[in-house]
Amino acid sequence: MLTMIAEHFNYGVVIILMMTGLYVVFASDNMVKKLVGLSVFQTSVFLLYITMGKVRGGVPPIIEPTGDGGHEPVASAGHGEAAISHASEQASHGAEHAAQAGDHAVQAAEILYSNPLPHVLILTAIVVGVATLAVGLALVVRVREVYGTIEEAEIDAINYAFDLEGYNPEGEIR
Amino acid sequence: MSFANFAVSSAAHAGPASPTLLIDIGLMAMLVVVAFAILRMRSLFAIVMLQGVYSLLSAAWFVSLDAVDVAFTEAAVGAGISTVLMLGAMLLTDRDSAPVPVRKSVGPLLVVILAAAAMFYAVPDMPAYGDAQSAVNTGVGMEYMQTSPHDIDVPNVVTAVLASYRGYDTMGETVVIFMAGLGVLLLLGLNGNAGNWSASVQGVDIGRQHAPSAKNIEPVSEKPKPKRKAKPQIKAKAKPRAKRKGADT
Amino acid sequence: MNTHLILRTVSKLLIPLIVIFGLYVQFHGDFGPGGGFQAGVIVAAGVILYALIFGIEACKLAVPPSWVRIGMTAGVLLYTGTGVATWIMGASFLDYDVLAYNPHHPAGQHLGILLVELGVLFTVATVMVAVFYAFASRTPDLKDGDW
Repeated sequence: MLTMIAEHFNYGVVIILMMTGLYVVFASDNMVKKLVGLSVFQTSVFLLYITMGKVRGGVPPIIEPTGDGGHEPVASAGHGEAAISHASEQASHGAEHAAQAGDHAVQAAEILYSNPLPHVLILTAIVVGVATLAVGLALVVRVREVYGTIEEAEIDAINYAFDLEGYNPEGEIR
Repeated sequence: MSFANFAVSSAAHAGPASPTLLIDIGLMAMLVVVAFAILRMRSLFAIVMLQGVYSLLSAAWFVSLDAVDVAFTEAAVGAGISTVLMLGAMLLTDRDSAPVPVRKSVGPLLVVILAAAAMFYAVPDMPAYGDAQSAVNTGVGMEYMQTSPHDIDVPNVVTAVLASYRGYDTMGETVVIFMAGLGVLLLLGLNGNAGNWSASVQGVDIGRQHAPSAKNIEPVSEKPKPKRKAKPQIKAKAKPRAKRKGADT
Repeated sequence: MNTHLILRTVSKLLIPLIVIFGLYVQFHGDFGPGGGFQAGVIVAAGVILYALIFGIEACKLAVPPSWVRIGMTAGVLLYTGTGVATWIMGASFLDYDVLAYNPHHPAGQHLGILLVELGVLFTVATVMVAVFYAFASRTPDLKDGDW
């Protein structure tokens, strides 16, 4: 149970952040606050993807130029993980033995890189997110200019009155 | 369970402990605190600033997760541009949000708790944190690491994948950004005048020469006010329309 | 004395450095973290800083809205134009190898990535500046006491 928590704690944190952002979107009346909640929700989804792409003992996916100029990162994922688990089976007493063996295993194998594919997808998602945020904010500004308010309850009331009484140019907007 | 046993069992199952564990835990705790503060606050200025803080903290966590390109983009876009745009919009709208009655938050709370319960139920099936053998990390992503030096020979594999292997997606993203810019320009106008729009309701033209600026609109109080004076006819400019709020002078 | 004297002086030093840093991030996106999106946002941040300190009207003299409008479309055209160029040269859409064909070294890929990242830079920078212009042109200027 404790190992399950140790292996999946990142998902728990991300779920809490996502639900907080979602709650802000659902429960707030103010439109700008809704958009902030949406932005919080989007960023937590990015965190979910990036934590899934993390490889323990890995480095950022930028290929280091090596001296011989042709050193490719061969199937490093399989080698690294097998060496680490083998080493930790051998040294089962004390955490420091396992840590030392793990270090040796990483150096003996090729360089272990983190997965670049989630990074690419999330890079796109971040910029698209800010683009949609810009459109949303422009809509909120226009709503404010026409209705005079950005609280949903008041906008509903104005719409209801408009439906009942129709448009009246000599009257007040709200 | 003693600490030594926990350390041994986690080492046996998940490899040596990450050297940035304390930083990760600190960042996660700060993220949760900031998210809850956004939830509880009513001052829009504080909420917008906290959103910038949230983006910056998640950019720091991205660096710890080896996602340096993503961290760069999140810091620049989320903590920079996004905050500026929200401040600009906040200047044009309100400074505070009205309080929400408690009975309105019961429904959303129920939905959110149900969704969280469903997601927590699914968590044990997800791959372990940092697992190099998970389905995510043994697929196409790692293949790109191996074929990129020969095909593209660009050290930053994220740029190589973004611009070459997944070039279609990036083209679509560029077009989406362009369309969002186009949308904002259609709504607000590049010089703030929203273009020459016209609208007519029941045969009456309500288009204005210039869009009103926020200075001319009074802030609203908290109660909804569906005021409409019951004047049935539309007089042909018999009296000046000075009573109408938002009229430009 | 102008209350923003320090800000004006420091920003006159900083804004050129910000733009140069944006270009650095753009062209070194192949070798380290960076690329078109980050560079576009950094350049836009430099322009927005100029507008915040010197006023939106002065910024519109420095970066005219017509440039911004043209830049938005130029970026998308550059990206898709690279794809069409590869079409014309006989390969499939966005197949960069034919741009500078060399069987021993992927030079075409390098040229293709350079061009598309340039397109992304133009689009992102100009769209961010355009959106900022749209929001900032609607308010009257705030005096310091109004905050």
